[in-house]
Parts: sequence; structure tokens; C-alpha cells
Amino acid sequence: MSNIGFSAYLRRDLLLSYRRLGEAASPLIFFLLVSILIPLGVSPDPQRLAELAPGIIWVMALLATLLSTEGLFAADHQDGSLEQMLIAPQLLALPVLGKVTAHWLVTGLPLTLVSPLIGLMLSLPAVATVPMMASLALGTACLSLIGAVGAALTVSLRKGGLLLSILVIPLYIPVIIFGSAAVQTAVDGFNWLGPLSVLAAMLCAAIALCPWAIGGALRLVSSN
Amino acid sequence: MPKTPLLTVDRLFFERDDCNIFEPISFSVEAGDIVQIEGPNGAGKTTLIRLLTSALQPTSGSILFCGENIANCYYEYLANILYIGHQPAVKLTLSADENLRWMSPAITTAAEISAALAQVGLRGYEDVPCYSLSAGQHRRVALARLFTSQAKVWYLDEPFTAIDKQGVSILQARMASHVATGGCILLSTHQDLAMDKVRKYSIESHKDREQQQ
Repeated sequence: MSNIGFSAYLRRDLLLSYRRLGEAASPLIFFLLVSILIPLGVSPDPQRLAELAPGIIWVMALLATLLSTEGLFAADHQDGSLEQMLIAPQLLALPVLGKVTAHWLVTGLPLTLVSPLIGLMLSLPAVATVPMMASLALGTACLSLIGAVGAALTVSLRKGGLLLSILVIPLYIPVIIFGSAAVQTAVDGFNWLGPLSVLAAMLCAAIALCPWAIGGALRLVSSN
Repeated sequence: MPKTPLLTVDRLFFERDDCNIFEPISFSVEAGDIVQIEGPNGAGKTTLIRLLTSALQPTSGSILFCGENIANCYYEYLANILYIGHQPAVKLTLSADENLRWMSPAITTAAEISAALAQVGLRGYEDVPCYSLSAGQHRRVALARLFTSQAKVWYLDEPFTAIDKQGVSILQARMASHVATGGCILLSTHQDLAMDKVRKYSIESHKDREQQQ
């Protein structure tokens, strides 16, 4: 009985994204478009691109995730379903986790899946492809969870986008440091499992803590 | 021994931005009661209903469900209430059927859902995305929950907005059958209800606010 909230919200949000594919795909399209521009703007030289690739891919993934985070609770807040979620007879963390999981499945996971293509465009060495995908899979899940805390806090603001960025980007910093470090160490030929384990630990902590923070933030914001 | 009322509100008080919304509120509701919350626009009807649903936390005072403070039986209380607010919580890109399925208890069967939609006059509209429905039909989708809910206590905030006369009479019939089977209803509406045994409760604005006005 207790996971009905989780799966119901997961399914509903996936269905909503499916009905608005264009909107749901915008972070992915952003990710792809920007990565086409990088070789044009920076340099087509494979050597130089390969040096920058780990950092660039991670910054783009972060911005693409941030782009889609703002709307995570906004629509629910406007149409009143957020309030229904708050008074549902279950732990608030469960539907919240369901929504964030759906968000990751439509943003972070597609980014991870197309990242080998981006790696190719940016001349990322082939040895770094698997570490890049692994770090993006773990890292974007962290970004979704942390971003959702910011989205919950700014849900009642009409133009909360800037405030959201200011709130969550400092929290994104550890994720991007260890995420790009995992790719960089693989490029340099070292064991990349170290930074990846730190990322995995951060994800565990985020799964354990963020749903409560999000729930608390939503209650706080709706008590006005 | 007197019967324990289904719902008891004890000196409920709410302060927003250091401004008191209404005088402390106390009343009790028995099974079978319909309470119509009255007051001019801005008196705090919606605030009171949201306080009762626990979406808002009161500044002071308590709410008792079957004699027990809701803080002690929180999930049991939430499982026994149904709240339909101003915003109907209807997702525009989902169909009426999907919306109702999502808002109904997990045990509700597909047949019960289509029966509920038929009750509120949405037969034939089950699979139409809600963005192509009218405002009144949106509200009917939300109100179809009245036919699937197992909750004892209903909180309805302006349920009849945008509903036509025939729809209002269907809803009132459903409300009458709900209270006849041991439920209770608290609703805010400016319409006069064509039902017997409706108790009226007027919200008194706090004296601070009267001075402001």
C-alpha cells in the first residue's frame, strides 16, 4: 500500500511528459545544440577539444537539467494538484520521490544515453565513454534531486528561475567536480572508480535526504 | 454518554503576516451534518477549509477527528477526508478517465470510474483530453471524485462554480446520499442549497481586520 504514492506519481508524470514530448525533450535538444556549437566556437582541433570535453559535457548537462527543473512543481501548484498531494494519506516523501524519478527519466537518462554522441563530437577519447555515461547517470540523478529542493522553494514565485539558479548552483558544485573528475581521470588513464564512488555516495545521501527537504519546502510554501 | 462528534474544531485560529484572519473558531460536526460556511468574499472561507484539511497549519487551536486530535491520527484522518478546492486539480493533457483514476483510491475499478464519470454527465468524454473540455466540465471531472471516494468528511470549496442547474441537482443528490450513510460535508457556497438539515456557519472577521476596512 505504501508505494502506491510513489508509482502513481511516477506513472502520471511520465504520462504527462509523454503527452508533451516537445516540452519534455527541450533539455536534450539544448544539450545537443550547444554541443554542436562548441567545436565551432572553441576550436575544431581534436587535441584541444579532447582536453576541454569532460568539463564542457558536464557543464552542459548541468545547465540542461537546471533548465527543466523550474517546472517540476509549478504546473501542479497552479492547478491545485500539489495541494492534493500534500493532503494525501501517505508519507509526502514518496510521491515527491516519484515525481523526481520521473523527472530524471525524462531528462537525466536521455542525456546519459546520447552523451556518447556528444563525446564523439567533442573528440573525447573512447576510453572515457563508459566513465562519462556512468558519471552522468549518477550525477544527473543528484542534480534532479537537488534541483527539486530549489524548485519546491521557488514554486510560488512567478519568475523563480533566477532565484532557483542562485539557490541550487552552489549545491551542484560538488556533483560537477566529481562528475567531471571521473571523466578526466579516465582520459588521463587512471582508475576512475574513485570519483565515481564519491558521486554514488552523494546520490545515496541525496535520495535519503532530498525527498524530506522537498516535502518540507512544499509544505512551507503552500502554507501561505 | 453523548456520541463523539465526527469532527470537532476547538478554538482554531490563524494568523497570516501578523494579521488575524478570523475570530477563533469552534464548532463540531456530527455524522449526517451538512455545514454551509458563509461569509463575504475575503472572510476566510477558503482559509478555514484549508486549515481543516491540514494543508495549512493553524496558529493555535486543534481539530479532533472522532474525538482524537488529528496530530495523533494524521494518516487515518487524511484517509477519511476528501477536499475539492477552487483549483480542480485536473491535468489538462490527461483525459477525464485518467484524471479521475489518478485522483481516486487505488482500489477503484475501471467500471467504477466510468460509472462516476457517467454520473456527472461526462459519458462519451472519458477519453477526450481535458484541454478541449469547458470550465464546467473540468469541475465535473474533479467532482466525479465524490462518486469514487470512500472518505467520510467532505470539504468542498465553492463546488458549484461553473456547474449548470441540472449538475447542481445531481451533486446535491449525491451529497444527500453521502450524509444519509453517515458522512458529513462542510462546504462553502453562496448559493442556497435545496436540501434540508443544512446548518449555516458564519465566519466572523477578526476585529483587527474590521478596523482596517
